Amino acid sequence: MDPIHQFNIEKIFTIGHIGGQEIAFTNSSAYMLLAVVLTSLLMLATGRKLVPGRMQSIAEISYEFVADTIRTTAGKDGMKFFPFVFSIFMLVTVSNLVGIIPYTFTISSHIIVTAALAFLVFFTVLIYGFYRNGLRFFKLFVPSGIPVVILPLVVAIEVISFLSRPVSHSVRLFANMLAGHITLKVFASFVTMLGAMGIVGVFGAVLPLALVVALTALELLVAFLQAYVFTILTCIYINDAIHPGH
Amino acid sequence: MAESHGNAQGATAHTEADGGHKAPFPPFQKDTFASQLVSLTIAFVALYLISSRLALPRVRKTIDDRQNTIEGDLAEAQKLRDQSDAALKAYEADLAAARTRAQAIGNETRERLNAAADTERKALEAQLSVKLADAEKAIASTRSAAMSNVRGIASDAATAIVQQLTGATPDKSLVDNAVEASMKG
Repeated sequence: MDPIHQFNIEKIFTIGHIGGQEIAFTNSSAYMLLAVVLTSLLMLATGRKLVPGRMQSIAEISYEFVADTIRTTAGKDGMKFFPFVFSIFMLVTVSNLVGIIPYTFTISSHIIVTAALAFLVFFTVLIYGFYRNGLRFFKLFVPSGIPVVILPLVVAIEVISFLSRPVSHSVRLFANMLAGHITLKVFASFVTMLGAMGIVGVFGAVLPLALVVALTALELLVAFLQAYVFTILTCIYINDAIHPGH
Repeated sequence: MAESHGNAQGATAHTEADGGHKAPFPPFQKDTFASQLVSLTIAFVALYLISSRLALPRVRKTIDDRQNTIEGDLAEAQKLRDQSDAALKAYEADLAAARTRAQAIGNETRERLNAAADTERKALEAQLSVKLADAEKAIASTRSAAMSNVRGIASDAATAIVQQLTGATPDKSLVDNAVEASMKG
C-alpha cells in the first residue's frame, strides 16, 4: 500500500567495505546487471540474417537509432562516442522498460544513479573538450557576435548554465521515473482499497483500474522518452566538446 | 555501518506504524549511495566493454554485409540486364539484316521472272504476228482469185446476154473492157 516502498534498496548480500562504508549487492545492483544482460542478449544472441527477424530488427534499430541521434546532433566526429552513448541509452532504456513491470525496481528512480550518469557525461565533455580543443574550449562560454558591454553577463550565464547541466540532466530523468511510478502505485492502491469495500467499491474500482491501465501505457512512453531525452542531451553536450564555438 | 541497509528498511517500516517520525525517502538514503555507485560502475563498464568490443562491431558487420549483398545483387542484376539489352539489340540488328536480304532476294526474283515473262510474251507475239500475216495473205489471194472468177462469170454472162439480144457474138475484148468499167464504177 505504501507507494514509496517500491523504491527501497534491499541488501541481498555484502560484497565488502570501502572506508568503513558497506558495499552491498542490492536489488538495484541486480536490476543494473539485468539491464546489462538483456542488452547483451539483444545485441549478441540475435540472428545475423540478411532478412532480420523481430529481435534482430530491434537490435539493428537500436544501433541505427543511437547512431543517427549522434550523427544528427554531434556530427561524424561524435561517432567515437558511439559505444559510450549507446551504453547509456541501452542501460537507461532497458532498465526503465523493465521497471514498468509490476513488482520490479527502477534503477533510474534513484537520484544517485541518474546523477552518476549525468556527471559521467559532464566530466567526459569537460575532459574531452579540453583535450581536443585546449583553451579554445572556453569559447563555449563566449558566444560570438555579442556586444562587449553585456559580454561579462552573457559569459556568467553561460558558465552557470554549463555547470547546472548535470543537475537538470539527472533530475529530469529521476523525477519523471519517480513521479510516474508513485502515481501508478497510488492509483493501483485505490483499486485494492475500493475493491475491499464490498460490491459498491468493486464498481467504484473500475475507474482507477482503467486509469492504471492508461497510466501504464503513458509510463511506457515516458520510460522510453526520458531515456531518449537523456541520450540526446548527452549527444548535445558531447557536440559542445567537439565543436565549442557557437 | 554494516547494518545501514537494514536500519533504513526498519525506519521505513516504522514510519508506517506510528506515522510521526519521518523516515528518509529511499532515493535520498545516503548510506545506499556507495553500493549503488559501485554496482553502477561495474554494470556500466561491463556494458561499455560489451558494446564497444562485441555488440556494436557485430551489428555493424551484419548491416554492412547486408548492404554489400544488396549492392552486389543490384550490380549483378544491372549486368544481366545490360547483357539482355545487348542480346536484344543484336537480335534486332540480325532481324533487320535478314529482312533487307529477304526483300533483296524478292526483288531480284520478281525482276528475273518479269524479264522471262516479257521475253516469252514477245516471242509469242512475234509468232502470232507471223501467223496473222500469213492468214491475211491467204485471205487476199483467195479474194483476188474470187474476184477474177467473178469477172469471168460477168463477161460470159454479158456475152450471152448480147448474143441473145443481137444474135451476134460481141468482141471478147470489148466485153471485158465494159465489165471492167462497170465493176470500177
